[in-house]
Amino acid sequence: MSANLLWLIAAATRDTLFMVAVSALIGVALGGPLGIFLATSRKGELFPAEAANRILGMTVNAVRSTPFIILVVAIIPFTRLVTGTSIGTAAAIVPLTIATIPFVARLVESSIREVDPGLVEAARAMGASPLQIVFKVLIPEAKPSIILAITLTVVSLIGYSAMVGAVGGGGLGDLGIRYGYQRFMPEMMLAVVVVLIALVQVVQSTGDLLSRRADKRGRKN
Amino acid sequence: MQPLSTSPHAASTPATDPAGPPIVDFQSVTKRFPATGEGAGDFVALSDVDLSIRRGSITGIIGRSGAGKSTLVRLVNGLERPTSGRVVVDGTDVAALDEKGLRAIRRSVGMIFQHFNLLSARTAYGNVALPLEIAGVPAGEIRKRILPLLDLVGLSDRSSLYPAQLSGGQKQRVGIARALATEPKVLLSDEATSALDPETTRQVLALLKQVNADLGLTVLLITHEMQVVREIASHVAVLDKGSIVEEGDTYSVFSRPAHETTRAFLEGVTGVRLPAFVTSRMESEAAAGRSAVVKVVFTGPTATDPVLAHLGRDLGIDVNILAGAVDEISGKPFGTLVVAIDREVLEPARRFIEARGLTCEVMGYVR
Ligand SMILES: Nc1ncnc2c1ncn2[C@@H]1O[C@H](COP(=O)(O)OP(=O)(O)OP(=O)(O)O)[C@@H](O)[C@H]1O
Ligand SMILES: [Mg+2]
Repeated sequence: MSANLLWLIAAATRDTLFMVAVSALIGVALGGPLGIFLATSRKGELFPAEAANRILGMTVNAVRSTPFIILVVAIIPFTRLVTGTSIGTAAAIVPLTIATIPFVARLVESSIREVDPGLVEAARAMGASPLQIVFKVLIPEAKPSIILAITLTVVSLIGYSAMVGAVGGGGLGDLGIRYGYQRFMPEMMLAVVVVLIALVQVVQSTGDLLSRRADKRGRKN
Repeated sequence: MQPLSTSPHAASTPATDPAGPPIVDFQSVTKRFPATGEGAGDFVALSDVDLSIRRGSITGIIGRSGAGKSTLVRLVNGLERPTSGRVVVDGTDVAALDEKGLRAIRRSVGMIFQHFNLLSARTAYGNVALPLEIAGVPAGEIRKRILPLLDLVGLSDRSSLYPAQLSGGQKQRVGIARALATEPKVLLSDEATSALDPETTRQVLALLKQVNADLGLTVLLITHEMQVVREIASHVAVLDKGSIVEEGDTYSVFSRPAHETTRAFLEGVTGVRLPAFVTSRMESEAAAGRSAVVKVVFTGPTATDPVLAHLGRDLGIDVNILAGAVDEISGKPFGTLVVAIDREVLEPARRFIEARGLTCEVMGYVR
């Protein structure tokens, strides 16, 4: 493989990492709190808001059930509004982020719901406010599970970011389709797949390690 | 079972209490839970409960599963709100407080749990620090407060371990240290020793007793183990289907249980087990030639008095001992003997025994 091709792969990898990093960051920043709210806002919970819970829950479901590729096309006007264009790496970040928020929200919701209700009860008995319970009990106790949720999110994002390549989003997916498929360069296709696999492996192992470190529920720490 | 004499009711708590006004006072407290099934009415978990908890006491709350024990105790720190009535904790009606007011009260009421409820992500030290952080105590001050607490519960050398690395007894000690961190006036304990083995239970009870004596802390303790009540409770209240059916100081209640629930509970601890050859031949009819099987309960100073020996010597009535046990409740002797007495001389024997302050109960007859 020529140096030129390697250079292309490096540039595409950089673009993919950029897309994934930005959408993961924004997605977690918005989806995390949304997930916490979903997990704590039913009747009798910390922030009871039945109606808001219902409406947000339905919205989350709606976005999650829309196939990603349709989402990309459907929000093009919005994407243009935000980034001024509908193609390229920056433009791809918009649908990626929109898809990430509900994904993270549901994962974080279930992580938070797994926290032993007895701990919330104990904190209530100590006179903790609902916000104190979130920050001192729910988030720290759900941390190992939330780390795994973020890991899963990033891994999924790597896959989705390859998909936006199909609509001119740049990055590794774009490279694979343009060179590997359209110009029929199987070695390019292979290289793209290998890089994607490596990325996923690194992300997954790092996530597993961090989660295990945060988990104090085992005997040997 | 047919008691020959209705055993006298436990002496009720006198109106004037040397300990002062009660630390916790339930006044006509009713708690209903909304119906779950269709058509079903509200579920009444507590109905018109009046109960005063003495300052500085260790009060045991016993009752069958579902009797409302947890509900009662959770009213004290407002985890549960009464449907009607007042719950006065150290002069404040908790039921009238809003969430914010409750948070302040909760800092003066500690609580320990059956499953400890320690944060897995915090060390023993961190767990004890939690209530102080919640109360907004500055970090430097927290550090000064925790070490003596861990010392008190005997865990100063375990402060950096996580709950998963501690034994059940150690976890409950952390739970106790945590509950004491904000220097509460009342400690609520909901089945705090139920997940522990007998030896560990004893150690944890000893710690509670020590804390009660040293800090003057009132302990309100739910348990289904009578052993626990017998060992440390100065007072006891018996709940049955949402009502207090019996209450008073532990010794009076245990030595003269008036309610069937109390008796059933006591069976396991102070009750004596009759040998099978007696129970299998026991009849309820007092036909001629049969002997009465009589349960004699010795309490107070007479518990060590050889009343039955006198019975033989003074009246010439011979008794046949079938089973017996001598026990201790709140440090006072308490004995139970099951004897067989000839039916013909049952009445004089009974009068003789009861005249000496013992209670008698005919359980049945054997040939
Ligand atoms: N939140 C609730 N909603 C509906 N019913 C409830 C609720 N909490 C308690 N109850 C009912 O109230 C009754 C008393 O419950 P409580 O937990 O006080 O019993 P308990 O005496 O502590 O029993 P156990 O010994 O099993 O812990 C039970 O029948 C229970 O089903
Ligand atoms: Mg209970």
